[in-house]
Amino acid sequence: MNFDSSQYRFTQAGSIGKISMIVGIVMLAVSAFGYVTDSKQFFEAYLIGYIFWLSLALGGLFFTLINHLFGSEWNIVMRRISEALMQTFPLLAVLFIPLLFGMHDLYHWTHEDVVATDKVLLAKSGYLNTSFFTIRIVIYFALWIFMSRVMYRMSLKQDREPSEELIMSMRRLSAPFMIIFALSSTFASFDILMSLEPHWYSTIYGVYFFGGNFLAVITFTILFANFLRKKGILENIITVEHYQDLGKLLFAFLVFWGYIGFSQYFLMWYANIPEETIYYVERWEGDWKIITMLLVLGHFLLPFLAILPRMAKRNVTWLSVVALWVLVMHFFDLYWLTAPTFYAGETSFPWMIFSVLIGVGGLFLWNFWSTFTSNPIVPANDRRFEASVHFKNV
Amino acid sequence: MEKQKKALAVLAEFKDPADLIHAAEKVNEAGYKAFDCHSPFPIHGMDDAMGEKRSPLGWIVGTVAFTAFIGMMAFQGWTSAIDYPLVLSGKPLFSYQTFGVASWAVMVLSSAITAVVAMLALNGLPRLHHPLFYSDNFSKFSDDGFFVSIEARDPLFHKEKTQQFLESIGGTNIELLEE
Repeated sequence: MNFDSSQYRFTQAGSIGKISMIVGIVMLAVSAFGYVTDSKQFFEAYLIGYIFWLSLALGGLFFTLINHLFGSEWNIVMRRISEALMQTFPLLAVLFIPLLFGMHDLYHWTHEDVVATDKVLLAKSGYLNTSFFTIRIVIYFALWIFMSRVMYRMSLKQDREPSEELIMSMRRLSAPFMIIFALSSTFASFDILMSLEPHWYSTIYGVYFFGGNFLAVITFTILFANFLRKKGILENIITVEHYQDLGKLLFAFLVFWGYIGFSQYFLMWYANIPEETIYYVERWEGDWKIITMLLVLGHFLLPFLAILPRMAKRNVTWLSVVALWVLVMHFFDLYWLTAPTFYAGETSFPWMIFSVLIGVGGLFLWNFWSTFTSNPIVPANDRRFEASVHFKNV
Repeated sequence: MEKQKKALAVLAEFKDPADLIHAAEKVNEAGYKAFDCHSPFPIHGMDDAMGEKRSPLGWIVGTVAFTAFIGMMAFQGWTSAIDYPLVLSGKPLFSYQTFGVASWAVMVLSSAITAVVAMLALNGLPRLHHPLFYSDNFSKFSDDGFFVSIEARDPLFHKEKTQQFLESIGGTNIELLEE
């Protein structure tokens, strides 16, 4: 791995990409073996492992758009990280295909005989049916790929011919893109995750999903920037001031996640309508209680206290530990959203969850790394780049 | 015979923000504690130049917030589960879910009030008069003047030496403010 710090370019990307691609392919091949032995379990595990990486890419798209929209300076030195994350959508679209084949095993509403005798599902069948589901998935990915391509291309154009108009048009485009993002990621969470339990519904589900995705991208940015720093790359560009701001965002969105999660729980607990509370009953039965409590403590209370003081956010090592912890908790959050439907009454961690998680992750990180290293890793010709480097917290 | 006048503070004017920052560093290095800088607008880096410590405000607010939350939980628990047990919509007597909402609101409210009141107290406000107002020149601080003032309560303060010191670091229009 060689880095040219005057051009902010990798002259040689090293073996990281290759290794993670090989690991990814091997682990997916191993998972495919699991498909042969138990196809239902394979698809369930595949969904759990896959959705984690999709959430990270969605977070990357959002982080890029929101920073253009606000015209934020502090984030410019880290922009290429979230931009490279959102370039993985084409790969993720291809990796979604197994789920389309597994629909019958995953989604209750695909069973036509069941739907025919179920009044609720019959009423929803205009929306929840195999062909419309597939069409929507295609639309989501088309929109995500389109938006991330456009934003990334403009950002790269800025390296060659920087101009004020480019900054303005990136900002102007981000506004409609943000609306498209909000709608598409909300409906994608309804379709891919919430429809696992087709009788149950929550209007705040998409917001909850989004909160987790944003945490994923913040923690990933902290960890990846720290990884670069350890290699001596961008160590004077991404400074402790930037880490502190990432820490603040991490803190704020831990609270956001807790707030949304509590709001959803509180209203359902208070109204006490069986068709709504069933969701929490499922997650409170048997040892699911442990996962639920793990999220309350580990996804909210502990990291909340851990990065509450200013000094905790300015200690990069400590912040990275917390970030890694939150990223792991984010995986458990997605597990908590999906798995109780599959493993009712008792938690289960089939090995395929991990093989898919690492398999998809290997390809994801290979794709991320090769995008990241093939272009300048900071938009150095942005007019505000210097200001971003020297940004200071008050 | 005229009564001996009591010295209150020494005031010196500086040319521009850069000079003021430089002067602040010098005064801080010299070991003065009861000094202040006055400028028409905030100057970046001034806190560091003056050697200001982080404000303890956050810890004060944090303590109050924590206490308020726990206190409100305990209070609601005591009223609805112990003092006057009341079943509401079939929920358990100690329904922390419901208590959490009001506790959170009280936590936010008390933190906000604490932040304002403690900020004023730490700043020494409200204060109706200050020796610096004796200086006519000082009124420029809200327009185009940059000042350093050293107050007499500083242990290093000396009527003549402090004036000489301020002059030596580039101060002009040096004034001794007396009662």
